[in-house]
Amino acid sequence: MLFDSCLFLLLVSNFLLLATPHIRQMTKYTALQGILLALLLLLFGHTILTVAVLLIKGILLPGLLWHTQKRLPPDSLICPRKLAAFDVVCGMAGLAFAIWLDDRLIVTQELFPPLFLSLGLTTLFCGFILIIGRIKAITHVIGYLVAENGIFLLGMPLMTKGTTWFELALLLDVFVAVFVMGIAINRISDSFASIDVARFRSLRD
Amino acid sequence: MLIALLLLPVLTGLCMLFFGKALLCRVALPVMALAHTLLSALVALSVYQGNAPRALFGILAPDPLGVLFLMLASLLFLAVSVYAISYLREEERIGLHTNILDHGQFTNQPERRFTAFLCFFLASMSLVTMTPHMGVQWVSIEATTLSSAPLIYFHRHKSSLEATWKYLIICSVGIALALLGNILLSVAFYGEPVGESDFDQLSFFLSHADKAEATWLKAAFVFLLVGYGAKMGLAPLHNWLPDAHSQAPSLVSALLSGALLNCALLGILRGHQIMLAAGLGDISSQMLIFFGFFSLATAAIFIVGQGHYKRMLAYSSVEHMGLLALGIGFGGIACQGAIFHAVCHSLTKCMLFLLSGNILARYHTYSSFDIRGMRWTMPFTGALWTAGFFAIAGSPPFGLFVSELLIAKGILASKAPWLAVPYLLLLAILFVALSVAVLRMVQGRRPIDMPKTTKEPLTSVLPPLILGLAVLVLGVFVPAPLWSFLSKAAQLIGG
Repeated sequence: MLFDSCLFLLLVSNFLLLATPHIRQMTKYTALQGILLALLLLLFGHTILTVAVLLIKGILLPGLLWHTQKRLPPDSLICPRKLAAFDVVCGMAGLAFAIWLDDRLIVTQELFPPLFLSLGLTTLFCGFILIIGRIKAITHVIGYLVAENGIFLLGMPLMTKGTTWFELALLLDVFVAVFVMGIAINRISDSFASIDVARFRSLRD
Repeated sequence: MLIALLLLPVLTGLCMLFFGKALLCRVALPVMALAHTLLSALVALSVYQGNAPRALFGILAPDPLGVLFLMLASLLFLAVSVYAISYLREEERIGLHTNILDHGQFTNQPERRFTAFLCFFLASMSLVTMTPHMGVQWVSIEATTLSSAPLIYFHRHKSSLEATWKYLIICSVGIALALLGNILLSVAFYGEPVGESDFDQLSFFLSHADKAEATWLKAAFVFLLVGYGAKMGLAPLHNWLPDAHSQAPSLVSALLSGALLNCALLGILRGHQIMLAAGLGDISSQMLIFFGFFSLATAAIFIVGQGHYKRMLAYSSVEHMGLLALGIGFGGIACQGAIFHAVCHSLTKCMLFLLSGNILARYHTYSSFDIRGMRWTMPFTGALWTAGFFAIAGSPPFGLFVSELLIAKGILASKAPWLAVPYLLLLAILFVALSVAVLRMVQGRRPIDMPKTTKEPLTSVLPPLILGLAVLVLGVFVPAPLWSFLSKAAQLIGG
């Protein structure tokens, strides 16, 4: 029951991420995804990873995003509403495709619990929609995190005690990546007086 | 020895970051690079003799393919570190710089941070080449992105920031897809008993390849190819490459093009090795051939009429990555040619990017249309630039001529010999396009407003000269042990 609830909430969080034009809200949903992933790990019996994911994906990464947003002007933290509506439609299409694909793939039954593969793929698609569909640099980072959450979810059933060290290294890598991207966003804001990547036009052929 | 190859640059980098003085960092860099090269040579010797070293329960266990790229990364880093002496001295002397593109003023990042991240970059590339664990390889390839991003942003101006952002996002997302490829790889081998004490994942995958689930394995290779292909600069995933290479300091561009792209290629080659072992080599080969031709054609389109000489070199990297993919895809003699091509391309491209730094410092422009009379204003660089052009365009007697000929021979011996026609046609277009730009820069009269001096610092011309001579020698004579080593590496991927 708890397992299914977590999966459902993860799915809802994906669509909330796509539907909201407010970046502060998006950060909250990213934190929610981190907490839900940690809970799922606990249900799979990975205690060390649960703590690590809760700390990194649930607290530190959203914290880094909050810290980055504090230095940005409030009006730069809102995306156009039209884009959000279009993103939700794309997300729905992604979900339909993921369910269709899940139905056709030959997967060992005991590997992926029902709907797990579809949810992982949908989360991945939602991440890519945020990266491609939004024009703010910080939404690219959030999209990257969401896509990574989807991939992490897909890898969850394959995790064993022997692979804990690798998962920790992976989490550290993602943490450093978001840290570096956060610094870059602050520099972009200072140099371009905006975090709108549509202003990146100086390097073209 | 293997652990030392990682610890040496990491510890040197940390010392530079926390205690380093600019002058000290400048001296420490080539010293560390020399020690790293010697250690790499010792590892290469052990692997050649069949006593491949192992460390950390098998997390570090290089094979001939990995060692080849390790040696290349190490040698290029040594060349770059020597070049950096005069480069960084000049950057320090200028102090406040003016951006060529928007004329805005900027200062550089602190030098100790720059040299420290160069060391971290070397460490992460070394790990990529030494590990047979697909997961660790993924982590280290992502680490190369994170350690090289601050290097691209050394000149703190808008254009370099734009390039750094594109590099970070495109490569991170691409590498995330490669992670999905790794997960799908594990799904394909799900149910096979894995020894938890041994981390030589590649050997496990190769020995159990016949039992892998084919659909998942194919899907895994697609994601590995797309993910690492984005980092390698295969078209149409190459968008970050011309921007990052053109905006990074020339010595960083040299490392990105000469060493980093090989690391990403290695990620794809590991996937190809597993596909070959599973009897699915035809599928991975076809995909490599498709991306190879696509990259070659894209490079030809963008190099024709390209005025920005650093972007031209970047597109030339796209071309050569395409050639590598083609050679590996066709297999056999073409695969041996591709491995030899990887060596020669790395040396030549590093040479050309270092020279582009000299040109930029003298002419203060990126446009090849605004540069004339290099043979008068900077005779050494001008001569090497011309030689480098002939080398990179695959002219005899340089090594790239031999490797491109071997790839052509492989195509002619394949099931689709007619593909040699577009291959040769695209190479001819690229030769003409490159020659127009390069020869325009070298010939002509000395510009009136240029200073009369023809002096060039020794450390700015010596590394390109040695790299150029190496490519020349490889075109005329390949020592038997080196060829045997290259053949061993090629055998792993169907050569």
